[in-house]
Amino acid sequence: MNDETIIRVENLAVRFGPRTIFKDVSFEVKRGEVFIILGGSGCGKSTLLKALIGIVPIAAGRSEILGVDLAQADAEGRLGLLQRIGVMWQSGALFGNMRLSENVELPLEEHTDLPRPAREALARAKLGLVGLGDAAGLLPAEISGGMAKRAGIARAMALDPPLLILDEPSAGLDPITSAGLDKLILDIARSTGTTFVVVTHELQSILAIGDRCIMLDKEARGMIAMGKPRELRDTATHPTVRSFFRREAA
Amino acid sequence: MTEATLTSRAAPEGTVLIFSGRLDAEAAAALWTAMTRALAAKPNVIDLSDVDVMDSAGAILVLRAGDAVAVQGGSADVLAVLERNRAALKAAPVPSETPREFAPITRFGGAVYGGMQAALSGIAFAGEALVAALRVMFRPRLFRGGEFLRHLDEIGLRAFPLTLLLGFLIGLILAYQSSIPLKRFGAEIFVPNLVGISLLRELGALLAGVVLAGRTGSAFAAELGTMTVNEEVNALRIMGIDPMVMLVLPRILAGILVMPVLTLLMNLAGLTGMTVVMQSLGFPWSAVSNQLQQWLSLGDLMGGLFKSMCFGLVIAAIGCRAGLSAGFGPRAVGDAATAAVVGGIVAIVAMDGVFAILFFRLGI
Repeated sequence: MNDETIIRVENLAVRFGPRTIFKDVSFEVKRGEVFIILGGSGCGKSTLLKALIGIVPIAAGRSEILGVDLAQADAEGRLGLLQRIGVMWQSGALFGNMRLSENVELPLEEHTDLPRPAREALARAKLGLVGLGDAAGLLPAEISGGMAKRAGIARAMALDPPLLILDEPSAGLDPITSAGLDKLILDIARSTGTTFVVVTHELQSILAIGDRCIMLDKEARGMIAMGKPRELRDTATHPTVRSFFRREAA
Repeated sequence: MTEATLTSRAAPEGTVLIFSGRLDAEAAAALWTAMTRALAAKPNVIDLSDVDVMDSAGAILVLRAGDAVAVQGGSADVLAVLERNRAALKAAPVPSETPREFAPITRFGGAVYGGMQAALSGIAFAGEALVAALRVMFRPRLFRGGEFLRHLDEIGLRAFPLTLLLGFLIGLILAYQSSIPLKRFGAEIFVPNLVGISLLRELGALLAGVVLAGRTGSAFAAELGTMTVNEEVNALRIMGIDPMVMLVLPRILAGILVMPVLTLLMNLAGLTGMTVVMQSLGFPWSAVSNQLQQWLSLGDLMGGLFKSMCFGLVIAAIGCRAGLSAGFGPRAVGDAATAAVVGGIVAIVAMDGVFAILFFRLGI
């Protein structure tokens, strides 16, 4: 981890019609960090993630990723930035009619001039890295939820992006698979220096992998805490933050 | 950062391949062919001392040399990327190719086997539907009237405008086209006979069937296919609810009841279109009406309506079966919808052929 800022968010707000999802959200993510966006269901975690990568329009404020403001960027700048971000969607979002290896090869095919053997080898390496080396020939319908998440990470890593964004990587997984995924994220982060932004509400994962986090709250319609997960767990005074980390009913 | 290069030199330890610069995806693509040529010289050592940065694609390029070639030099970061990818590749062996011997025979056998399986599954589906219908007859409260009415509305009422438009245009086209040759013999007055008999006996039911297959068969398949993919059908089974009773019967019954109405509308609209043409050719309404009354019988109309009921049954059943037997993944729903439309249209045309022979033999 170093001091280079990968993501800078200032006073970000998202509204759907008259409904404010969140406002005044500000934070920075440093290179090599595993940064967690946490909060209860419906607080806008995934919306914040989508706003960061330009899928959901920003109502106010600004966000800058790898020095590029997506809202201001032209088409070329936007494409250039998107090639340097890998996203794993909550469901994996693997293309159902393509084998896992083809899913990983797709961004390589689109954005590089690598010959086919190189793409195939690279796809195998990425799948091998996430522990799916022997599943390259399977279709997404033939694998489990945990494998789909791993394959989603392999696809997100295809272009060696410096930033990986994961939406609910542990959701719906058993504790062992979830812990395996946490270990994978930490391994990748530590060995490649990749920065991770992880949206989750799984307490175990937050404590296991998070270097820093912010917490969003549905009632406050914004950010209610920022810091290191263990410190928040032990010292937070905000009742919602305490309830969250201590698994107490609000 | 300098541009990546690949050179080689002879050394006491053998041929040395020297990489330099930034070894990323762009460089790997540019150097791939050069590496192929360099590997032909059987190098002994790869020197990475001058490599500034390496990503996974660069590592894959270097790793093409295999484990037998020693690597020397390179920063800790570069070597870490190389070793990580080496380990990942070892964990992902090259998948073995499926043998393709006798592929045409295999494909033919597969097609025959698949066809037989489909036929057997079709028979099983028909049997299950029949059993479900019998169960509902003995326990009518199992039948979901609300669902049935919804389907009547969706596949019937909402299809009226399309059916009327198509019928009118078909009547118009048939009348115009048939008036051209008949005019040569001064027999334009027989246009209503030709169009009327065509519509009532054949085209009305057939075109209404095509509308039903395209509009409703595909919708049935897509809806039930989505339910199958989302495991909603399994959920029904686990709850002890028979999907045939809850999902299939209301649709089939709606198809059977709606088709004669659509056919009737198609016939009426077609005859209206024909009448418009006849009037434009100078024949009064009374002349058209007289021709129709003289030459068309109730048997023509009823034969067409009976066929349409059979078409409705088959189209709805094929649509439901395609949906319920959908596979996995997003393509499954599209495949099911396609199978429903193609299967429905082929089935009604084939049935129409059988009916034509049957009606001819029976003198209807």
